[in-house]
Amino acid sequence: MARIIVVTSGKGGVGKTTTSAAIAMGLAKKGHKTAVIDFDVGLRNLDLILGCERRVVYDFINVINGEASLNQALIRDKNCNQLYILPASQTRDKDALSLEGVGKVLDELTKDFEYIVCDSPAGIEKGANLAMYYADDAFVVTNPEISSVRDSDRMLGILSSKSRRAERSEEPIKEYLLLTRYDADRVKSGEMLGLDDVQEILSLELLGIIPESKSVLSASNAGIPVILDEKSEAGQAYADVVDRYLGETRPHRFIDPKKGFLSRLFGGRK
Amino acid sequence: MLNTSPVLEFKSSTFFAPILILCSHDLVAIEEALQEKIRLAPEFFRDSPLIIDFRELNKLHLDLDFAQIVQLLRRVGFFPVGIRGGNELQNKQARELWIPIDTVRELGGTITIGETAKPETSQPAAPQPAVAAPREPQPAIVPPTTPAPATLITHPIRSGQRIYAIGDLIIMSQVSAGAEIMAEGNIHVYNTLRGRALAGVHGNTDARIFCFDLQAELISIAGDYKTSEDLNKQKYNHPVQIYLQNHALIIKEIA
Repeated sequence: MARIIVVTSGKGGVGKTTTSAAIAMGLAKKGHKTAVIDFDVGLRNLDLILGCERRVVYDFINVINGEASLNQALIRDKNCNQLYILPASQTRDKDALSLEGVGKVLDELTKDFEYIVCDSPAGIEKGANLAMYYADDAFVVTNPEISSVRDSDRMLGILSSKSRRAERSEEPIKEYLLLTRYDADRVKSGEMLGLDDVQEILSLELLGIIPESKSVLSASNAGIPVILDEKSEAGQAYADVVDRYLGETRPHRFIDPKKGFLSRLFGGRK
Repeated sequence: MLNTSPVLEFKSSTFFAPILILCSHDLVAIEEALQEKIRLAPEFFRDSPLIIDFRELNKLHLDLDFAQIVQLLRRVGFFPVGIRGGNELQNKQARELWIPIDTVRELGGTITIGETAKPETSQPAAPQPAVAAPREPQPAIVPPTTPAPATLITHPIRSGQRIYAIGDLIIMSQVSAGAEIMAEGNIHVYNTLRGRALAGVHGNTDARIFCFDLQAELISIAGDYKTSEDLNKQKYNHPVQIYLQNHALIIKEIA
């Protein structure tokens, strides 16, 4: 029985697709057979981040409509044979998704995968609602700025009231916070909300802080999930996130500003 | 592929409608009292659905023609959508006017005026504040007297969520900015209150709001309100109670 994870935020551009690609790859690298689904029908991106855009033949909508089998549409990742990608359709829109159709595809995936990662589109409309409806766990991706925090809060309300688990009065979706694009220096100077400010409003279990990092953009452009860049801080932070999600204890890193060369040499003033 | 979506579907849902309890069969007095209420809160009552409750009237053995009261209510701008506690003739008249008859649920001689509000966010039906408690003697309209059960909520109320409680509302977790909590009775928030809180929404001026940390966007008791701009920021991070005194909201620290 697979665990269904939704990566969601409400707000756009906060790093949902980057996160989906990274954690799906992280779980697969740990030996768990993982599928990652792009729910952003019409604005296909996940395949680019995972570098498989040239191998897309059939997509999620084809499977829902019965025009292709799941096995025909799933693309096996070339870096990790435990990771499969179900791309979104570029030529359709979110109306092509249906509750029954999504449910059918997830049911079928549940049979031979351990984790299913659903990459939610931005917004709180149909695409986002369907991405989270069947979820067991939610990774709420938030940037340290007020509008992103507010949108995440709104999304949390939807998670707790509009999901299948809520409708069946089952145990609620487990919600985790992922604070992305965190710049400890700007937090220190008061330009950016800090972890405490965000947690005061959201009060969620923190799965990880992903520092703002140039390596994210270059990894995206290269089509390699940033988690595979083990030298980058973002890559390490995502690896920690996967470990924590799997139940291991990892101290939180990247909360405090990096010390410069001189202050390291002479010891920072307190 | 053809879209084979169904033509219609049935869903169960609850919505709020004020109940008009009649205690007099004097149509002129009723109309005057209604006009007075509407004048006080025209937006609240505009095109409002209404359920007419005849129990008090029939207890007093006062006779009232159903068709006439419906006509009166429609004239002043209400939409009567139901009758409860009517006698045989009134029910028959209601049926002729295609107005549904609600069977009053008896609970040890008292009635329940609705279900305990569940955290309801999917279809936020705007609650229609009902008629306020009148102060003049021999009132034409009185609020229901049965105390409603309190609603307890232990999870956070997130932005965009709305909670409505028929009695008191007790929230153990935070209320986010952009959330709205409403109660016909008192509101207790044992955490930070950042959203909107409206107590005594049916006109109970004795209702109070209690919270651990007042950072609300709006607070209101029986229709008198203050926005965050008017709130004293010095009261932040202190437990406070809010009550109504001569139509003024008093915010007082709980020592």
